[in-house]
Amino acid sequence: MYLNQFLILAAALFCIGVYGVLARRNGVLVLMSIELILNSVNINLVALSAMNGDVTGQVFALFVIAVAAAEVGVGLAIVLLIYRNRRSIDIAEANLLKG
Amino acid sequence: MTAAILAQEALSRTESGVVNGFFAVLAIVAIVSALKMVTSSNVVHAALYLLVVLSAVAGVYVILGAEFVAATQVLVYLGAIMVLLLFGVMLTRAKIGTDTDLDNEQRWIGALVGAGMLAVMTYSLWEGFGDDKLPDTMVPQPTQAVSDSIFGTYLVPFEALSLLLLAALIGAVVVARRD
Repeated sequence: MYLNQFLILAAALFCIGVYGVLARRNGVLVLMSIELILNSVNINLVALSAMNGDVTGQVFALFVIAVAAAEVGVGLAIVLLIYRNRRSIDIAEANLLKG
Repeated sequence: MTAAILAQEALSRTESGVVNGFFAVLAIVAIVSALKMVTSSNVVHAALYLLVVLSAVAGVYVILGAEFVAATQVLVYLGAIMVLLLFGVMLTRAKIGTDTDLDNEQRWIGALVGAGMLAVMTYSLWEGFGDDKLPDTMVPQPTQAVSDSIFGTYLVPFEALSLLLLAALIGAVVVARRD
């Protein structure tokens, strides 16, 4: 098995996630795309850990999973707050700070 | 003697062929469902496509011999985060049926950015790693080694992470509380 097959799969998932973040209106869908991006990074960490025969990459993949869980909790709380204040979760409308 | 060695080699070749086949299936499933997820016009369907992507990634972890990470992926992502996201869909009263208005007008620029990034990353990965191979005798890393590493070398980051989780828990309650 080539190392690149894993890294290129991760790159493809990352780019699809970036497209999702840029193109989606719905706040929950943006959060889902961010989950996709974090997952692709985890594939890289685990693949390079297998390449080097070292568990450090796996440990950091577990840390990333925990941080992703924290992020999605706070992110959904913010999306709920936006919904409660504006009756919409279109993130393009959350532009109060725009100059 | 040589026949035995040849048989062994043939066996390991078919084995790696099987593993490569599994990888190909998982990669195709992951990429197709990821594309479906970012283009689907139904929020609940997008969440379910994300579920498929995350399961395929768990399979990739198993191929890489990271069984504990795969189990954590199933428990945390497929179990907890998906339920949170579906709760988010429900509480924000997104339309459950199809919705034509989920993409914004910069979608084509977004597609251009994604394709450009993919091209640059694929080229640089190809240049950087070429045909580096994973070690043939890839044994699964024992969970004991992972836990030794977490509770030994990385004990301080681990404790910081538990504090971060507590802060996120309290923060989410404070932000979303109705008063």
